[in-house]
Amino acid sequence: MADMGIDTNGGDFAKTLDSIRAHALSMRRHALRMAKAAGGSASHFGGSMSMIEILATLYFGIMNTARLGMDDPARDRLILSKGHGAMGYYAALIEAGFMSESECEDFEQDFKALPGHPVMNREKGIEFTCGSLGMGLSIGVGLSIACRKKGLKNRVFVILGDGECDEGSVWEAFMAGAQFGLSNLTAIIDKNGFQLGGRTSDIMRMDNLAERISSFGWDTAECDGHDIEALYKALSVSEERAGKFADSEADGAMDGIAESSAFRDGSGRPLAIIANTVKGKGFSFSEGNNAWHHAILSDSQYETALEELSSDLGSVEK
Amino acid sequence: MNEITSKYARRLSRLGQRAVFGMAVMDAAKENPNLMALVADVASSAGLERMKSELPGQILDTGIAEQNMMGMAAGLASEGFEVVTATFAPFQSMRCLEQIRVNFGYMGLKVIMAGLASGVAYGELGYTHCCIEDVSIMRSIPGIAVVSPADCVEVVKAFEAALKDETSVYIRLTGKANTPMVYTEDYDFKIGKGVILREGGDILLITNGLTVHTCLEAADRLAGSGISAEVINMHTVKPFDSELLKSRLAGKSLVVTIEEHELIGGLGDAVAACLSELSSHPRLIRIGHPNAYGKAAHQEALLPFYGLDANGIIQKIVDSSTSLGA
Repeated sequence: MADMGIDTNGGDFAKTLDSIRAHALSMRRHALRMAKAAGGSASHFGGSMSMIEILATLYFGIMNTARLGMDDPARDRLILSKGHGAMGYYAALIEAGFMSESECEDFEQDFKALPGHPVMNREKGIEFTCGSLGMGLSIGVGLSIACRKKGLKNRVFVILGDGECDEGSVWEAFMAGAQFGLSNLTAIIDKNGFQLGGRTSDIMRMDNLAERISSFGWDTAECDGHDIEALYKALSVSEERAGKFADSEADGAMDGIAESSAFRDGSGRPLAIIANTVKGKGFSFSEGNNAWHHAILSDSQYETALEELSSDLGSVEK
Repeated sequence: MNEITSKYARRLSRLGQRAVFGMAVMDAAKENPNLMALVADVASSAGLERMKSELPGQILDTGIAEQNMMGMAAGLASEGFEVVTATFAPFQSMRCLEQIRVNFGYMGLKVIMAGLASGVAYGELGYTHCCIEDVSIMRSIPGIAVVSPADCVEVVKAFEAALKDETSVYIRLTGKANTPMVYTEDYDFKIGKGVILREGGDILLITNGLTVHTCLEAADRLAGSGISAEVINMHTVKPFDSELLKSRLAGKSLVVTIEEHELIGGLGDAVAACLSELSSHPRLIRIGHPNAYGKAAHQEALLPFYGLDANGIIQKIVDSSTSLGA
């Protein structure tokens, strides 16, 4: 079960949010360093920066993974289905202590462990190899079933892009997540409104995404994907949902998942969060500018970006 | 597994490869609660309908959604479950190929995949439901073994071996109910190790799947004409048993590959690649389905049409001898 002992009305909650914000800021700095390290081979800048707050809220607010470590079966699992967001992902893993900060320099470097799309590496906190779009949610469905069969009370998170939702296999997985009643599964859609070729609204409309997913039998919530407090609240499991987690295991429901009423009556609905984000978030030159889908960060842009980050913080750290 | 006797082999043969596969999966599932079978709306076709009622916690029907099935398989495999997936061969090998490539090739998770009714078993339904490409496609993916059992006994042997193997395996099921028997007693089966079914001095026939039985028939008839044909059941196309092939070439004037699969990328090509490493080797003839989608017809009509019956095989061998001036 995810860490959920925090009262979202109390003073500790404000501290938690501040801490997540600080991690998010550091993560942007790590990601910048990686983008610089990639040099002329370019990096998926926009889609990494759009999900920094999502990842920060998960790793430093919602998920137990950083605390438990990768060897603990009870850890929450994260699948980065939009694998091109690797810089954001690696940045979170560095912040969480799975990798060292100096490994930023390995990003997209020859024969190193941090290519432009993540390759499974449990030692570094990377659960799965991702990068080919449309595959992660299906893995999440299987993984959620596996965790439930093992009697684990953890949660499984899958981050997808809105462009990625063009892939039919994503919708196969949405169907299956509902069919198997996987309340331990949460999909987060980083809805930054763009894909490689342009605006999703021009290429393949993803409006009413919450309704679409809801109509597939999922619970849904929509929020500002850069608002840490909103993300935290959306991603927190309700006591009701958490109770159903535990019940379904106590019932031995997973012994008969194929026919168990607990997984048929809708009591175990998976959760999808539509996180409305800005592609390239955080920097004046990249926000909402799809030229930064996959682009080269120049030295001067790197300096500008660092300054902008520092002004966010209110102090200069280089 | 039951002791293999001719009576047991006959029973399996009557059931056909698919039903026997389902039986083998269920037997294994009863012993291993961590075995999960995933089917894409084909439980009955995979011989797994009974599993739904007898072991409901160990079978998941993913609906007609093969890509999602392979993703789910990966999620389960990553948590240590032994995962078996099954659907008709074209859908098992092609519809979800990229999921296979990333999840089980690149990521190295383990799955056992059964491609049902491969080859031209469903020829009368047309080529949407045939699969003449699966061996070629699957053997190109790093980390996936490709096995094409000769008969129903070998389906069980192959599945049991795949369970013990650490790598992913694609098991290609051919034929229908009442498939001809090749094995009527137990034998040593290892993935990646071919089996010499008949020794012979003149020519070497290398085959797998349903055509193993056909080649044994052809070898019998060739013997009557004074040609001594050796028959190897190369049930595993990948990893390919180069060692066995190279050790059986001495004195042979001809190597013939026979496969219910297209000529590009299958067993014949694997043999050709192996021979090409040698400074000299016997002439090679590859018999198989052409790289073309022909007219739909029953398997019994298509196999002879493409020279994949005993007559066709013998004819090719005789023709080649004539052209060589032998």
